[in-house]
Amino acid sequence: MAKIKGTVIVDKERCKGCEVCVVSCPCQVLKLSSEVNGKGYHFSYMENPEACTGCASCAIICPDSCITVYRQKMA
Amino acid sequence: MAAEVEIKEENLVYGKNRLIKDNIMHYCPGCSHGTIHKLVAEVIDEMGLEGECIGVSPVGCSVFAYNYIDIDWAEAAHGRACAVATGIKRMYPNKMVFTYQGDGDLAAIGTGETIHACNRGENIVVIYVNNAIYGMTGGQMSPTTLVGMKTATTPYGRDPRLHGYPYKVADMVAHLEGVCYVTRQSVHTPANVRKAKKALRKAFENAMAGKGLSLVEFVATCNSGWKLSPVAANQWLEENMFPSYPLGDIKDI
Repeated sequence: MAKIKGTVIVDKERCKGCEVCVVSCPCQVLKLSSEVNGKGYHFSYMENPEACTGCASCAIICPDSCITVYRQKMA
Repeated sequence: MAAEVEIKEENLVYGKNRLIKDNIMHYCPGCSHGTIHKLVAEVIDEMGLEGECIGVSPVGCSVFAYNYIDIDWAEAAHGRACAVATGIKRMYPNKMVFTYQGDGDLAAIGTGETIHACNRGENIVVIYVNNAIYGMTGGQMSPTTLVGMKTATTPYGRDPRLHGYPYKVADMVAHLEGVCYVTRQSVHTPANVRKAKKALRKAFENAMAGKGLSLVEFVATCNSGWKLSPVAANQWLEENMFPSYPLGDIKDI
């Protein structure tokens, strides 16, 4: 069965680690990294990439426009 | 079967709008301003008004809005954004003119300018970001602070006998004849962001159609001023702000 899969790319240096995307994700894909970016913020990353459906909820709520979402129908 | 989603243009669902500049915003992590800036940029881009739009930025946290959205801007003196926007709109009646103001700018020092611009029915859009606190100066009480809310200048909570009641600008200007559209929105969940974008688009369309002034109030968070984490601030917003500032259209003609 064809399955819709998504992925997100987080601009690590723009991310301020506010965690709003993490709680907005309906599939619990995102998490804050234990590493920090150049400004000392724990940036968001895909902890569970398999579960992403590309719904873009994280990117829509992101105040710093640092999330780009891609979605593809898998064969 | 490809195991990974290919990163290419045709698979793109959502990304940073081209009108949002690459400058990293100075706002605190999780600030509602970032999301509202993004909505403004998206609506302007979708309506193709990039070259026709003039924004007026206020004094407050959003004073540097001109650094983040790639359109023409003017910077107004504190509270005078509606007056400046009136002048610009009258000089350039075909341009889309909007103001972007916080509660300290619009509801405190600029109340007079705002009410008179509304009453004159200028064909502008007023974007009003209400977070019930003075964010930039360190979290003092603003006219829209909730009763009982603790701020730097009301450490025991706002007492109506001493400080009066929260000032509901949107409800008040809805009574004026020059105003065609008043709505209250929020950006604390993805669903609310989508609704807010539709409302903002409608306001911009009204201004271009010359129907009168549209005021879009965003009930927003100030997590630094409220001394909460961004996620806790969004919950606090839902529990405490919405009873005083209920969402929805207040006037739509």
